[in-house]
Amino acid sequence: MGTSLQVDRVRCEGFGMCAELLPEVIELDDWGYPIVRGGLLPEDLRDLAERAVEVCPVLALRLVPPERVRSALQPRSLAPHTVLRSHGGG
Amino acid sequence: MLATAPSATIPANAPQAATLPPAFEPRLLAGQLLSAGPESWEQHRSRLGELPGASARRAIIATIERSGLIGRGGGGFPVGRKWRSVAERSRRGAVVVANGAEGEPRSAKDRALMHLRPHLVIDGGLVAAQAIGAEELVVYVGTEHQEAVRSMRRAIAERARRELVAIRLVEAPRGYVSGESTAVVHYLNARDARPTFARERPFERGVGSRPTLVQNVESLAHAALIARFGDAWYRQAGRCRTRGTALVTVSGPVLAPGVREIEYGLTLAELLAMSGGATAEIGAVLIGGYFGGWASVEDLWELPLDPIELAEAQLGFGCGLIGLLDAEACGVRATARIVGYMAAESARQCGPCIFGLGAMATALERLATCRPVPGDLENRARWSLQISGRGACHHPDGAAALLTSGLRVFRDEFDRHQRGSCAHPTGPVEG
Repeated sequence: MGTSLQVDRVRCEGFGMCAELLPEVIELDDWGYPIVRGGLLPEDLRDLAERAVEVCPVLALRLVPPERVRSALQPRSLAPHTVLRSHGGG
Repeated sequence: MLATAPSATIPANAPQAATLPPAFEPRLLAGQLLSAGPESWEQHRSRLGELPGASARRAIIATIERSGLIGRGGGGFPVGRKWRSVAERSRRGAVVVANGAEGEPRSAKDRALMHLRPHLVIDGGLVAAQAIGAEELVVYVGTEHQEAVRSMRRAIAERARRELVAIRLVEAPRGYVSGESTAVVHYLNARDARPTFARERPFERGVGSRPTLVQNVESLAHAALIARFGDAWYRQAGRCRTRGTALVTVSGPVLAPGVREIEYGLTLAELLAMSGGATAEIGAVLIGGYFGGWASVEDLWELPLDPIELAEAQLGFGCGLIGLLDAEACGVRATARIVGYMAAESARQCGPCIFGLGAMATALERLATCRPVPGDLENRARWSLQISGRGACHHPDGAAALLTSGLRVFRDEFDRHQRGSCAHPTGPVEG
């Protein structure tokens, strides 16, 4: 069973160590916060990913089953019809 | 706005009702004149009758699913499916939150509903509580909506001793994100109305660690009527593809702006006529709220105000805001104001939202005041991609989508601002 990387956006402070360890799947935005490529983590990166989870200074990185990945790790379509989880609680 | 003769048959299992709300007339806003103020418990009960008894409760989720009722907070998620998700996890006793935070600055429909028809909101909360096995109903009302707070408090006092479900009112702090579902749960648990990034969603682990249904007050009010009159009755309204009626807020240069109940599928032209007609030439429409997007009047004029039709046109019904922009107003300034507001309303927890949305708002403000610096528009495109989907909640995504729609609708105006001039320097600022 595969896993995916997930960043806790509230915890993340943009240290960027994850991107150094996993440049194949993580790049940094203009302010140094990680952008994680969506989908399953390649199996040969598993050990490095576990290391990245361990070294994150604020413990913001997690390995989770892909179905538990929240808040779209890859940029969403920008069309306004995208069904956004609204602020009105449905 | 007064209810007229019933035009639908009462399902066999429905309780005896004094009158059936007519299918193509206002439903949520039926009853006494709106100018008469809040409907009392006595008036409410004599107009609509009692809620169905315990035996009907198990079937209610299937009835709501068949009705096609969608959420009215802005996301449009199917209500029945949401209830089923919570019901499947509610062994420990769930919680229902009737969400009336309504932080959307120009929307007024939730506060109007809570003020005028508070018992319909409570009824809906009780139906949801019965359906998912909840013992507690929290009515969460934006603290800036004091008329709604007072009306809901009075209604809860009229009901509290009669109901098995505990009902309490909590005032939601001001703020655009206070009504986001994880922020609601966070506030009720820890008095902190910022969204969270918990492993488990509110429907799994919410208020007091119990499965929690956070549902917009209008969605609940519709559910209260479906519980009485059935899904077939609900589906009689709707002129296009989405069934039912919806509350909308019309703002901008019309003779009679404000909250109205419409059938889904009405056109903008019809809604404007209902609102007394425009008092100025309309150039563009902000549809769905600050989480929605801009549309040109030409594109929207004949388009049904129907969530499915709008989605196909890359627009959204959202919270039902129809914000009309004067043709003499500057679309760039109107867009910059909204994005600036969204940046200021960030909960300031997630880097992409603090920095990305902030940078976008700053660049847009420069553009709006005709003082762009090289790269503003190019950066804008990259930042939009960088911030979308990268917050604990979707606040930054909403702002990015709004801006994208603004760039499409006001393309010529944006180009002109990029060159340092505005076509409407003295136009109205509202947007």
